[in-house]
Amino acid sequence: MSEITAPALTPKDFATDQEVRWCPGCGDYSILAQVQKIMPGLGIPKENIVIISGIGCSSRFPYYMNTYGMHSIHGRATAIASGLKATRPELSVWIVTGDGDGLSIGGNHTIHLLRRNFDVNVMLFNNQIYGLTKGQYSPTSEENKVTKSTPYGSIDHPFNPLALAMGADATFIARTMDRDPKHLQEALIRSHRHKGASFLEIYQNCNIFNDGAFEIFTEKASKPDNTLFLEHGKPLVFGANKDKGIKLDGFKPVIVDLNDGASTSDLWVHDERDFYKAQILVRMFDDPRVEGHLPRPFGVFYETDRACYEDVMQLQIEDVMAKGKGNLDKLLRGKETWTIA
Amino acid sequence: MIRKEQVLQDVVIKFAGDSGDGMQLTGTQFTNNTALLGIDLATFPDFPAEIRAPQGTLPGVSGYQLRFSSDRVFTPGDECDVLVAMNAAALKSNLKALKKGGKIIANTDGFDAKNLRLANYPDGVNPLEDGSLENYEVIKMDVTKMTREALKDITMGTKEKDRAKNMFVLGFLYWMYNRDMENTIQFLKDKFGKKAEILDSNVKALQAGYNFGDTTETFTTRYKVDKARMESGEYRSIMGNQAVAYGLIAASQKSGLPLFLGSYPITPASDILHELSRHKGFGVKTFQAEDEIAGIASAIGAAYGGALGVTTTSGPGMALKGEAMGLAVMLEIPLVICDIQRGGPSTGLPTKTEQSDLLQAYYGRNGECPMPIVSASTPSDCFSAVYEAVRIAVQHMTPVIFLSDGYIANGAEPWRFPKSDDLPPIVVKFKTELGHGEEKFQPYLRDEKLVRPWAIPGIPGLEHRIGGLEKQNNTGNVSYDPENHQLMVKIRQEKVDKIADYIPEQTLDSGPETGKILVLGWGSTYGAIKSAVAELQQQGYAVSHAHLRYVRPFPKNLGTILKNFDQVLIPEINNGQLIKIIRDQYFVDAKGYNKIMGVPITKTELVMKLQEMLGRVN
Ligand SMILES: Cc1ncc(C[n+]2csc(CCOP(=O)(O)OP(=O)(O)O)c2C)c(N)n1
Ligand code: SF4
Ligand SMILES: [Mg+2]
Repeated sequence: MSEITAPALTPKDFATDQEVRWCPGCGDYSILAQVQKIMPGLGIPKENIVIISGIGCSSRFPYYMNTYGMHSIHGRATAIASGLKATRPELSVWIVTGDGDGLSIGGNHTIHLLRRNFDVNVMLFNNQIYGLTKGQYSPTSEENKVTKSTPYGSIDHPFNPLALAMGADATFIARTMDRDPKHLQEALIRSHRHKGASFLEIYQNCNIFNDGAFEIFTEKASKPDNTLFLEHGKPLVFGANKDKGIKLDGFKPVIVDLNDGASTSDLWVHDERDFYKAQILVRMFDDPRVEGHLPRPFGVFYETDRACYEDVMQLQIEDVMAKGKGNLDKLLRGKETWTIA
Repeated sequence: MIRKEQVLQDVVIKFAGDSGDGMQLTGTQFTNNTALLGIDLATFPDFPAEIRAPQGTLPGVSGYQLRFSSDRVFTPGDECDVLVAMNAAALKSNLKALKKGGKIIANTDGFDAKNLRLANYPDGVNPLEDGSLENYEVIKMDVTKMTREALKDITMGTKEKDRAKNMFVLGFLYWMYNRDMENTIQFLKDKFGKKAEILDSNVKALQAGYNFGDTTETFTTRYKVDKARMESGEYRSIMGNQAVAYGLIAASQKSGLPLFLGSYPITPASDILHELSRHKGFGVKTFQAEDEIAGIASAIGAAYGGALGVTTTSGPGMALKGEAMGLAVMLEIPLVICDIQRGGPSTGLPTKTEQSDLLQAYYGRNGECPMPIVSASTPSDCFSAVYEAVRIAVQHMTPVIFLSDGYIANGAEPWRFPKSDDLPPIVVKFKTELGHGEEKFQPYLRDEKLVRPWAIPGIPGLEHRIGGLEKQNNTGNVSYDPENHQLMVKIRQEKVDKIADYIPEQTLDSGPETGKILVLGWGSTYGAIKSAVAELQQQGYAVSHAHLRYVRPFPKNLGTILKNFDQVLIPEINNGQLIKIIRDQYFVDAKGYNKIMGVPITKTELVMKLQEMLGRVN
């Protein structure tokens, strides 16, 4: 792409003339702004970017991006993107989906996209609620949640989206939040750079139907003690004074106090490429309301390299073609024919 | 030994045995051998519902019916002349379809106490021994024993040797019908070339069967069927699903669009997925999706990117694809959805044929959601019908449904295959830049056909968004405006209706322009209707036959044709579906003939129905 000397794009070039229709204060605004901010820096011509979404508030996204885009049907963006990427591998394909769209109705397609490892970027806007349909619980809502469809509290056990992605053998797994623009931008850039399916969960506040769902992780006062920002090669340290850390006790992560005997050299050092430790990391999913809970990690949990579906598909075709291209007349004729005079 | 040779005109053989007996292979080999002689033919494979129902039982019987003739044939025949019964169950379930006086070639080993019991014959009853078959000519042979004997020098287990039993039978039939076996020997070499013992055993069994006929004095007559008088040209044998795959490849080659198939396996459509997966040399991309929804969704994604997007399925899968078809209608992108129908509802009769998805194809989606429908009437017709479906899809920017069914999908017939140069061109226009004076791309601005441009990602200046929400006319922006919605619903309908201007007018397959009865058909009833109507015409009746390829929209002159007859009969393998649409659109009091038994309508049944109707009007 670097050979192309087009005038440098700006975030404005990625905005459309369509009025943005999210509720004022919705976390989706920040995500849109950060995506528009990083796009010019990716060096991809605008016309080679395609954003495909399902249905939900979040899935309105493509209308606000001046690229190619498709607002499709509920849960199927991943499947549509698979067909597009299979046939047009050179395009940069981004998928926008919600916790309902991508994990409930489209859960099947999500896991299959991940295992196949198409080189696409999945942005899962997780607001732990069905926003568009006005406030039913979602597959990521916590147990006992009272919503319109669960007046006595939800009895569903929620998904842990990153553990699900890990189980589906995703090759890139990360989490970020709407309220931390810099972290969000960094996570988007990393998702884009990863060759293979990137699964990025974005905590997004729905201030109308589930306001404050992630407050404890996003608000100044509680964020430092409840979040853990992962950095490759760095020990797992958190807390307002950076004085708490995570140590592995066997397979079990435990919190240690760096002011109270523990030293950074005891701590778990994050390695994005460590498949086994990533399984533990994605399972750090304690309910933040419970006393003594582990902090919630953010950042890139895991990244690995695996051949992409569309590349292998193309290679197979090239291999066969190298032995001889198809000839239509030969095909139609077949092996055995007879002639009638 | 002096032997007679008798020339026959028309023969129907049914090969029947346990599903493990290789009857489909035997039938196909005999079919190919017949075809290579220029004899006309039609086939009807009849699979058991379960892959391996308990051996020897009635549900485990697999059949393959072949009719061949020195005349043109259009159906696999209502009754058989020869029944090959590899076991008691095969005899029991097929005897009713055998002509009185017909031949039964029975493998006596398949009629031992155990097999008789499994076939539910009462204790001590053996139909081969009790005289109950005196109206037939029974040829008994212990195929198992003779096969083992022929293979005694091969060091293989008995079980493996017994697998060649079907070749013994095939060899015997080759003798009986005076055939050269070279094509089957070549087939066996191709198939088992690397497994010398298996190859050897099959070839030896085949030859032993042939020699058995040749040397056994009881067989005094050999039969011969002459070449049929068919249009001159070069022919091959083709099956319906194979023809669909070839039609799609041909359309891809002629249009220059790379072919992408998104599909989920389902009987009887899977063979299209299998066939297309073999042809990577044409750049074909096949994607076995996680379900039918992903199958069509991936094809939509591919079509959006500028490929020829196709999805293949059967009834249950069609039901799952409904919402995505609606998306394709809204997006107005080309897509071909192939529905190879089977018995329904629900899982229904997976291996049996039915034409019961027509109303689903017509109406089975939410909202006002019109889609063109093209249907195939014979195995080879699948090629040109699916080719037409592609042409309509890409030239009218619409998803198109192609309908076939289990009967034509698995049936075979001779095909005077086309040369690629003779195939009609499929011209595709992508939008490659903004038009003169066009400031901003308007994705839903239409041409005289009401067709919008196909603008694929990668073109600078044409960036745009499309989706399933209602669109504003021309701009394609989301619109909830009431008048606009009404306008768009009407435009989408008119766009599909207008396709009638770009398809051929309906012609009569046979018969006078006006008359007593028009038999109107669609799909796999073609052969039965054609044959029945021919019979009545020979009897001097003014009966005609029209067969629809374009089911939506109908050809423009269909209404006129319908009004030229006193009565209209619509035979269908369903509970009356086309008839509802015809009555609705043309106000004609059409009569139905509906058979819903998972098997094709026969000529005889239709002749009777027509005679009954003629009696009434006379
Ligand atoms: C087939 C189908 N079923 C149901 C709906 C209704 N529906 C639209 S969006 C949605 C859930 C949206 O939740 P989520 O994916 O979390 O997106 P959010 O609105 O929260 O961003 C539902 C149930 C639909 N549009 N289509
Ligand atoms: S309902 Fe919630 S998620 Fe949807 S736009 Fe409003 S605030 Fe955002
Ligand atoms: Mg949600």
